Amino acid sequence: MATDVKVPAAGESISEVIIGSWLKSVGDRVAADEPIVEVETDKATLEVPAPVAGVLTEQLYAPGDTVAVGAVVARIDETQAAAAAPEPAPPAEAPPASAEAPPAPQPQARTAAPERAPAERPEVQPAAAAVAEKPVGQKATSVMPAAQRLLAEHGLSADEVPATGPGGRLLKEDVLRYLEERERRAARSAVVEVPLSGAVLDGPRQEERVRMSPLRRTIAERLVRAQQTAALLTTFNEVDMSAVIELRKQYRDAFEQRYGVRLGFMSFFVKAVIDALKLIPQLNAEIDGEDIVYKNYYDIGVAVSAKKGLVVPVLRDADRMSFAEIEKAIADFAQRAQANKLTPEELQGGTFTISNGGVFGSLLSTPIVNPPQSGVLGMHAIQERPVAVGGQVVVRPMMYVALTYDHRIVDGREAVTFLKRVKEAVENPARMLLEV
Amino acid sequence: MAEGAARRHDVVIVGAGPGGYVAAIRGAQLGFDVGLVEKEPTLGGTCVRVGCIPSKALLESSFLYAEARSSFAAHGLTAQVELDLAAMHARKEKVVKQNTDGVAFLMKKNGVTVYRGTGRLTADREVVVEGDEPVTLAADHVVLATGSVPAGLPGVEVDGEVVVTSTEALSFPAVPPRLVVIGAGYIGLELGSVWARLGSQVTVLEYLDRVLPGMDLETAKEAQKALQKQGLTFRLGAKVTGVEVQGGVARVLVEGSEPVEADRVLVCVGRKPNTAGLGLEEAGVELDERGRVKVDIGFRTSVPGVYAIGDLVPGPMLAHKAEEDGVALMEQLAGIPSEVHYDLVPGVVYTEPEVATVGASEETLKERGVPYKKGVFPFGANGRARAMGHTEGRVKVLAHAETDRVLGVHVIGPRAGELIAQAVLAMSFGASSEDVARTVFAHPTLSEVVKEAALAVDGRAIHS
Repeated sequence: MATDVKVPAAGESISEVIIGSWLKSVGDRVAADEPIVEVETDKATLEVPAPVAGVLTEQLYAPGDTVAVGAVVARIDETQAAAAAPEPAPPAEAPPASAEAPPAPQPQARTAAPERAPAERPEVQPAAAAVAEKPVGQKATSVMPAAQRLLAEHGLSADEVPATGPGGRLLKEDVLRYLEERERRAARSAVVEVPLSGAVLDGPRQEERVRMSPLRRTIAERLVRAQQTAALLTTFNEVDMSAVIELRKQYRDAFEQRYGVRLGFMSFFVKAVIDALKLIPQLNAEIDGEDIVYKNYYDIGVAVSAKKGLVVPVLRDADRMSFAEIEKAIADFAQRAQANKLTPEELQGGTFTISNGGVFGSLLSTPIVNPPQSGVLGMHAIQERPVAVGGQVVVRPMMYVALTYDHRIVDGREAVTFLKRVKEAVENPARMLLEV
Repeated sequence: MAEGAARRHDVVIVGAGPGGYVAAIRGAQLGFDVGLVEKEPTLGGTCVRVGCIPSKALLESSFLYAEARSSFAAHGLTAQVELDLAAMHARKEKVVKQNTDGVAFLMKKNGVTVYRGTGRLTADREVVVEGDEPVTLAADHVVLATGSVPAGLPGVEVDGEVVVTSTEALSFPAVPPRLVVIGAGYIGLELGSVWARLGSQVTVLEYLDRVLPGMDLETAKEAQKALQKQGLTFRLGAKVTGVEVQGGVARVLVEGSEPVEADRVLVCVGRKPNTAGLGLEEAGVELDERGRVKVDIGFRTSVPGVYAIGDLVPGPMLAHKAEEDGVALMEQLAGIPSEVHYDLVPGVVYTEPEVATVGASEETLKERGVPYKKGVFPFGANGRARAMGHTEGRVKVLAHAETDRVLGVHVIGPRAGELIAQAVLAMSFGASSEDVARTVFAHPTLSEVVKEAALAVDGRAIHS
């Protein structure tokens, strides 16, 4: 008997996912709970485990396909669990269902239908079929007024722009989308046309076009949005890490023995940041329309590296966590990020972010605020540098720190004060203990 | 007719409310032979008999009474106005009768066969009608459209005298000096308004911390303020644990605070699907965990050939939604692709000012992380509203920040229930706020406030 493998719920707001790569091929033997396919949402990459042990007999979608949560993506024959692998079914290259796969059903106020055999259904076409076949971009049957204005403004004709509105109406958003696409194409060809200086290439020059993954797209959109809407400014300082390094050396073993987790630098910075946020609440606030929303809770996003780049899971109520709790949580995040096991919820809704370009060796960079947050602290590599202390040149382990802030609600003085406060707290960890 | 032989129709519909009777008409138009079963002596269902229509009659009458007493002087009019409640009820009954007769006429005109009696589904998919003229009906398609009944509240026993549902609250023989309304939904606020205008001291108890749950919060808050000004008292976050009646006076018990005394208590904490006695279990029709009939997108229940629409199935319990369900189902049965846009079902609260909404609330957009722009325009800056002397309220248009598509419109103000239709229409066509803003509106009309709010999305309202 074949068992369906369905896309699991990936989070509250997520209704569809994109098929990443197949971890198992048709004909492969799989154990129960063994991951068989990676799916991507715009927040994270998840693995779909096999519900039962058996042999994978069908892959219904190809990488890049969009499928609804709950949809069947594969089938496993559990009767073959013990038998030899059968002749593999047609490979995923031409998956029968992928191209014609119906789009995710329109969200309905009513709950899903009871399952029934198709044969029992009346011959009547369900209403959904009419909706599902809605063409994507046809020739406009009529033009909405704002779309007409935009067409005129850009000297376009309605025939050029694919219409997606009800009944084939050309909408304002269709024209906006078209203009954006045109601009992007223009920008791309402009780049391509730059002559290569004297380079002689063997064979035809090639470009490879790859669709951005949802994760990449989300990152791209957010970063551009941050740059466009916020008034971003960065201020720098440097931190003498001697005290923290000394403290770590002294208590590393005791800490690890007692809590089962390494004492890292991150907990010091999280603590220092919360201390500074309490002093400068603007950096723990966001702009909502014409209001500034101050938060009395501290959900700190911490950058950890995942397979596909940095991700920023959030430490909820970090102000109530001990050093050990912070280190444990970060270690757990890091481990699960590597395994693509972070849930979308864990990546949402921080109030401030700490980024760490230092893990890749960066000495100095300007991080970008993660909207709607209004600040981000960038940590960097620790480097031994000569510095002047009390009139003497000494060598100290130094780290540059950067604070990028939204100048709309954070003034320069506040930003500088914040960063100085972080510096002082890390340089004198005792201050954090005494809260002075 | 020989006993045991069932009368055959193409379609048999159980329940002649807005879902059932509209389905019957549309079915007949499409050439079906339709039988319609109704247990009440008159047609039209809750809406026409004891819901929308009689409450609107009373709202109109009580509004005129309140206007005459509070606003006439400002118009330079002097009048001695007295309340004749019996006559007001008589007028209401007349309005109801015009409507029930109208439905009966429409059935006759469309050749729909009406059966009087209580319909029950049997295991072999027939409908047994019990009543003065018992009959068994068979059909290719059986449509369940029995609507909903008022939901109860644990610990509160409705006696139909002191503690009542909306049905009795439409016919109080005298104005109760003190009326407690449990539930600040649209029914509670409308009937609370009626009796407050006629002289009752009205206290509304609501379990949640807001009125009009589910509606745009900012708009709901404004409605609460307006009603408070009219003398209604609100106690939000009030959990009613019971009602004690002694000597015709009720003591409404509220958890953690003093009981509230009242002469009448209106329980309107929502409605539940009316499935009792319909034979669903016997026929094998499945319900969901909230007692609603499970249907798929084609209104099909778990029993082939049996369909359900309106308040019986998930979705807003509104007459116009049930009507659209009925039309879509009949068209689907006739092979015409047809669907209901459930995200564009408007909701109207007929208080003064009226509240009307369509599409997403601000809360919903925030929750879903949809970037949006907001345009607001007050009736206070509108010439027609000033001339009418009804300047309370405003229109709020929510549009997508990038595509400018209208996502929600929330109106509180005079004739909001009429104004919302243009927003629904615009949204049905996929309009952007700019489309609405570029439309010519007659001057001076209340509708101009909708246009100005659409302009305000782009920060270019003219009269503000």
